Amino acid sequence: MDAELSTATEFPQPESFSFDEESLKAIETIVKRYPPGKQASAVIPLLYVVQRQMKRSTGSAWVPNKGMDAVAERLGMAPIRVYEVATFYFMFNMKPIGKHHLQVCATTPCWLRGSDEVSRACRDAGKLGGWGQTSEDKMFTLSEVECLGGCVNAPILQVDDDYYEDMDYESTVRLIEALRRGERPAPGSVIGRQTSAPEGGPQTLLDVPGE
Amino acid sequence: MALSDKDRIFTNLYGLQDWRLPAARKRGQWDGTKALIEKGRDWIIEEVKNSGLRGRGGAGFPTGLKWSFMPKQPGDRPHYLVVNADESEPGTCKDRDILRHDPHTLIEGCLIAGVAMGAHTGYIYVRGEYYNEHLVLQAAIDEAYAAGLLGPNACGAGWDFDLYVHRGAGAYICGEETALIESLEGKKGMPRLKPPFPAAVGLYGCPSTVNNVETIAVVPTILRRGAPWFAGFGRPKNSGTKIFCIQGHVNKPCNVEEEMSIPLRELIERHAGGVRGGWDNLLAVIPGGSSTPMIPKAVCDDVLMDFDALREHKTGLGTAGVIVMDKSTDLIKAIARLSTFYKHESCGQCTPCREGMGWVKRMMDRMVEGRAEVAEIDVLEQVTRQIEGHTICALADGGVWPVQGLIRHFRPMMEERIAAYKAGKAAPMALAAE
Repeated sequence: MDAELSTATEFPQPESFSFDEESLKAIETIVKRYPPGKQASAVIPLLYVVQRQMKRSTGSAWVPNKGMDAVAERLGMAPIRVYEVATFYFMFNMKPIGKHHLQVCATTPCWLRGSDEVSRACRDAGKLGGWGQTSEDKMFTLSEVECLGGCVNAPILQVDDDYYEDMDYESTVRLIEALRRGERPAPGSVIGRQTSAPEGGPQTLLDVPGE
Repeated sequence: MALSDKDRIFTNLYGLQDWRLPAARKRGQWDGTKALIEKGRDWIIEEVKNSGLRGRGGAGFPTGLKWSFMPKQPGDRPHYLVVNADESEPGTCKDRDILRHDPHTLIEGCLIAGVAMGAHTGYIYVRGEYYNEHLVLQAAIDEAYAAGLLGPNACGAGWDFDLYVHRGAGAYICGEETALIESLEGKKGMPRLKPPFPAAVGLYGCPSTVNNVETIAVVPTILRRGAPWFAGFGRPKNSGTKIFCIQGHVNKPCNVEEEMSIPLRELIERHAGGVRGGWDNLLAVIPGGSSTPMIPKAVCDDVLMDFDALREHKTGLGTAGVIVMDKSTDLIKAIARLSTFYKHESCGQCTPCREGMGWVKRMMDRMVEGRAEVAEIDVLEQVTRQIEGHTICALADGGVWPVQGLIRHFRPMMEERIAAYKAGKAAPMALAAE
């Protein structure tokens, strides 16, 4: 497990954290899903709430120490229980990241289809030195991630919450340049495939009742 | 004979139509659900047993039998249905299509499964990365509540059923059923010792059953069309239809629902446009997701895609993620990258896995270069045997099987790499993905 709790000397931790109105509303919905007395189940969803609120308020999606404390307090958990969950799972950023999180899947199915080219394009166009780095302009953070579960559309580049599929060097560069201009291209296949259907159009499911 | 569209369960696999309730109803979902539920728990379980459905998450355990392990009479503790949508096995992306394109097949299946196991509550644990997919699923659940298909007296069939979506946060291990339960309880995803099995002590200490998305989603259609219809596909004990994910060095990677026991070659050539450069350019296939050992072309020529046929070749159907590798592939590197994956995903609880996955990865990295002794191939093989079967869960087994498959079928390639390194020149590196 690579994630580790940061120390305050590496980067400034906010001195306080409190849930904003949008977060409080989300929390109210979340905690209702679990039986009385089992509120700890909401720890992952609430850590997401913290990360999203940080994105809204600072532009960087990450989970500060005070945010974990706020989750612990809200759920009546010992803070250490929240810390260990936050650091066990890979999707919580324990330090600030850039505006966009470029997550390159490099596991074998994507590697076979050219994920090395996608990561090279991220480094070139995003001006990034390597895995885990954030560009100087704070636009991009580059991460190597494990199988994203989109293997028939490999290679995949996940940007924040969205999957961009069937990527290569050129399309990755184009995507990053668009993001830099403040655009948000539609996620999905960049070569115009219908989701997981074969290139050129579906060969099955042509005779289906419905619309 | 290829499966015809009228026998496909996932009629919106590619999202050509709308996923919402009105369109799903037109495709036949939620049709007569009340009547199916009113036939009762025993009938449902019996039909699922007779259909021959085996779990679609990798292990292939008979689904009806699994459901029958839940206590017959509800005690003081509530029963839970938990759906495993933590699809993370490299090579697998079938549940994603169900979640985003056919969510109502899954939701209807959850209600029916809930009735069969005496559960009034279900949780669908969706992998964290499937953010957009979880939004679709949640919206579909909201629709189902609004239409009275979920909630109190769901479908008007007299059974109260609540269904919730819970997102994970990026951990392969949470696809292991007891790790998933731990995670759902708000803890680190570390597998539990079994027994007790979840059917006795599961979520919140209550009787629970964890099923894969595809397993649950095929149930309504099985009940509507009858167990013999489903059992009519595939060879005995390998019944039904199945979503295959065909990828890697094929001309047209895709997902497709096909009949079980379809020949691998037919699957690839009919649906995925064939192997890049032709069938003779094939080197090896990982047939069922990353944990299943690869098979060389000679086996691929005529092997059938089902549980038993693949087991005869010391591999497995797993999740049916078919990873095709042509002759340009550096197979040693392909497997070494999987070793990196398993090292990354080990939860660290059991020593053979925590230490072993890292050791195997480092060893495999050396094998990629050829910076090793030939005798070390045997050492590597022996160590994988000591890791296998000595941990709480199957992650470590799945981590060493690919390496064993490589050694079993391509040992000469590893020896050549070592010889080339010793001769002071790099082995001719493959061009794939470089």
